[in-house]
Amino acid sequence: MPDYETFQHDVLVIGAGGAGLRAAIEASAFGVSVGLICKSLLGKAHTVMAEGGIAAALANVDDRDNWKVHFADTMRGGQYVNNWRMAELHAREAPARVRELEAWGAVFDRTKDGRILQRNFGGHKYPRLAHVGDRTGLEMIRTLQDHGVHQGIDVHMERTVLELLKQNGRVVGAFGYDRERGRFLVYRAKAVVLATGGIGRAYKITSNSWEYTGDGHSLAYRAGAELIDMEFVQFHPTGMVWPPSVRGILVTEGVRGEGGILTNNQGRRFMFDDIPENYRAQTADNEEEGWRYCQGDKDARRPPELLTRDHIARCIVREIKAGRGSPHGGVFLDIAWIKKRMSNAEDYIKRKLPSMYHQFKQLADIDITQEPMEVGPTTHYVMGGIRVDADTQMSRIPGLFAAGECAAGINGANRLGGNSLSDLLVFGKRAGEFAADFAKKNPVAEIDSGQIEEMARHALEPFERGGGENPYAVQHDLQETMQDNVGIVRTENEMISALEKLESFRARTGRVGVNGNREFNPGWHTALDLENLLTVSEAITRAAIERKESRGAQFREDFPDKDPKFGNANTIVWRGEDGGMKVRLDAIPEMPVELRQIIEENP
Amino acid sequence: MNATFKIWRGDANSGGFREYATEISEGMVVLDAIHQIQATQATDLACRWNCKAGKCGSCSAEVNGMPRLMCMTRMSDLPLERPITVEPMKAFPVVKDLISDVSWNFRVKKRIKQFKPRPPDAPDGTWRMAQEDIDRVQEFRKCIECFLCQDVCHVLRDHHMHDRFIGPRFLIYAAALEMHPLDTEDRIPELREAHGIGYCNITKCCTKVCPENIEITDNGIIPLKERVVDEFYDPLGWLWKMGTKKSQTGPK
Repeated sequence: MPDYETFQHDVLVIGAGGAGLRAAIEASAFGVSVGLICKSLLGKAHTVMAEGGIAAALANVDDRDNWKVHFADTMRGGQYVNNWRMAELHAREAPARVRELEAWGAVFDRTKDGRILQRNFGGHKYPRLAHVGDRTGLEMIRTLQDHGVHQGIDVHMERTVLELLKQNGRVVGAFGYDRERGRFLVYRAKAVVLATGGIGRAYKITSNSWEYTGDGHSLAYRAGAELIDMEFVQFHPTGMVWPPSVRGILVTEGVRGEGGILTNNQGRRFMFDDIPENYRAQTADNEEEGWRYCQGDKDARRPPELLTRDHIARCIVREIKAGRGSPHGGVFLDIAWIKKRMSNAEDYIKRKLPSMYHQFKQLADIDITQEPMEVGPTTHYVMGGIRVDADTQMSRIPGLFAAGECAAGINGANRLGGNSLSDLLVFGKRAGEFAADFAKKNPVAEIDSGQIEEMARHALEPFERGGGENPYAVQHDLQETMQDNVGIVRTENEMISALEKLESFRARTGRVGVNGNREFNPGWHTALDLENLLTVSEAITRAAIERKESRGAQFREDFPDKDPKFGNANTIVWRGEDGGMKVRLDAIPEMPVELRQIIEENP
Repeated sequence: MNATFKIWRGDANSGGFREYATEISEGMVVLDAIHQIQATQATDLACRWNCKAGKCGSCSAEVNGMPRLMCMTRMSDLPLERPITVEPMKAFPVVKDLISDVSWNFRVKKRIKQFKPRPPDAPDGTWRMAQEDIDRVQEFRKCIECFLCQDVCHVLRDHHMHDRFIGPRFLIYAAALEMHPLDTEDRIPELREAHGIGYCNITKCCTKVCPENIEITDNGIIPLKERVVDEFYDPLGWLWKMGTKKSQTGPK
């Protein structure tokens, strides 16, 4: 019988990026004991890679900004299938969450009068992103980490959760292993917060790390929670494309916020060619006006390079397919051109975009102050995730909460850049607060040791199949299938064929074998993550088939237009009684008049 | 083109270099090669990584004897005519293969007094800081905690004084707090005592390996050492300080 070690916390937070850390800090502030599980070392989670900034209507740079404009921008960006209550809470509470970071030691770039500086970003009407050069995520995670370790949180590093434990319909803990020794662990908890991030490793070209295998999505799904909006996967328009080994690494939208332009191989600023109707009133129609906007001219409208990510990614794909792409299959992103407009451009670029400068210089031999970058879309973020109550972040399973990327609702069909970091803070805090409250009202439950033994046996099976399938090969084939068949441009036929292939990958996963022992064995870890990748890949594909229209991040070649029938609905994915994946459409509850008015007042 | 790697394989009890050959394509970094070997030849080869873009500081190792981030070390910058050695950081106990036990760093950080801001400057609970007053602190806060500076510091690496010296990473962490315009805490006495700043004899090895190009020694450790001297060994300064408050800004 496999051995295991047991831990007990009032609140167990799974995931230690921005949302998990913020939840842990909040829960411990409510006086309950908190355990925090990191898949990597503390401070290395995906939040550390966020670059551009945190969106919050502080109105430090443009005093016309306020939560209402931020709310309207978020809903427009999400094509109105967002959870409007989450979008409201997010816009209202983000400024306080950013100020709180400053009180905990974060050092944001400053305005001339000494306040937090804010920069332009796609889909935001006013300069709204509090930032630190282009390493805002590092600042945020380090601030939360350094504050959090003094709050009495028990941090469990390099551990992976394999299953949630339930008792009488309630989540009562989690089962997993530590990477170092491969020992099994049981966490008993009164409430569990999932903050595991996204699913990017389901795709071949991605800005996401090895951790992003949809763990939280799958854990919640298997525990009986619902997933919503899974068809909406954000392909960030600007990832590196050359050299091959760096393909997919993120190039921050901040480049465009600081005045960077997108051009094709004919030197044309192609983003002017296709400005969507719902953004026409807010978008500059000539280059001169676009530049004035980037320089802070309040009468100017923003350049089309700052349209939403879904649209820009599609425009880039169009240029490449039409043969107007760059030598290595991307388009050009040019910040060096601002030399024509300002005298100290080189220093300015290095100061505002230091890690982009560094990244291109070191990995691609490109000096971005002198020449354009080559960029193309990369899988970046999933708008879809665990369905939660907007105010409390609790799923439909009592005791199971979710926050950040693995939860869903706020972003609708497309997320605005900068709204993720603020989402992590606002809803991380809320999840922590309500999980603590739940923990205070509910007892610790008994754990079924038979269930644990079964899980442990299952986890060890790959060792019994020494010469079996290589887990990396299965992962690679899955990534290729999702990239080719459920990517930026989708059709029903390709997605149905993807479902068939996923079935075959599931069979191969059952035959996966690993070598070596249980101590820090990445082959074994990859094998155990496969099931989660299969679950989220199937959920994305089924939801994308169900939504027979194009909206936000979902573009269906066979249904290229928006369809009002879907404009008022979310796709819901859940596990049926028979164990199979089910999907349906749910109508979005009607928006209150006050919120509707805000949207109308901000065209 | 092929390259040969000698990768350290083993655990806390025993280990040694094992040779692997793998194909090299344009633009590849050492981490790509390690992943290629892992996916095809040695699925249990252990290494840490996350961002693959020099932002998270996970993939620290020693490449041809130099502490490096594997994700930022281009194959084209290495001599391929002889095998490339890759081994774990040596200032910490090895766990397995390229993974070392860096938990000591997390314990050290917890011992440093946390940020304690002065009361807010404005009625809305916010502060005012000039950009030029935070440039230095922002330089230090670029640190990605790769611990390469700790790895190369001879006080830790050769003399194993982990119980008496916090190392360059945490001197920079303390410097960022000490020079933070809003901070009111005093960490100087413990820097001198428990944190052992005196053990650093400014050989600048840490500065040389910092992937973020932080001027660890010149901008961080030396000014901190000066503050220690001012506070403990300067009688005139000591008298002066009796009547004033702790200096709030960093050296310009």
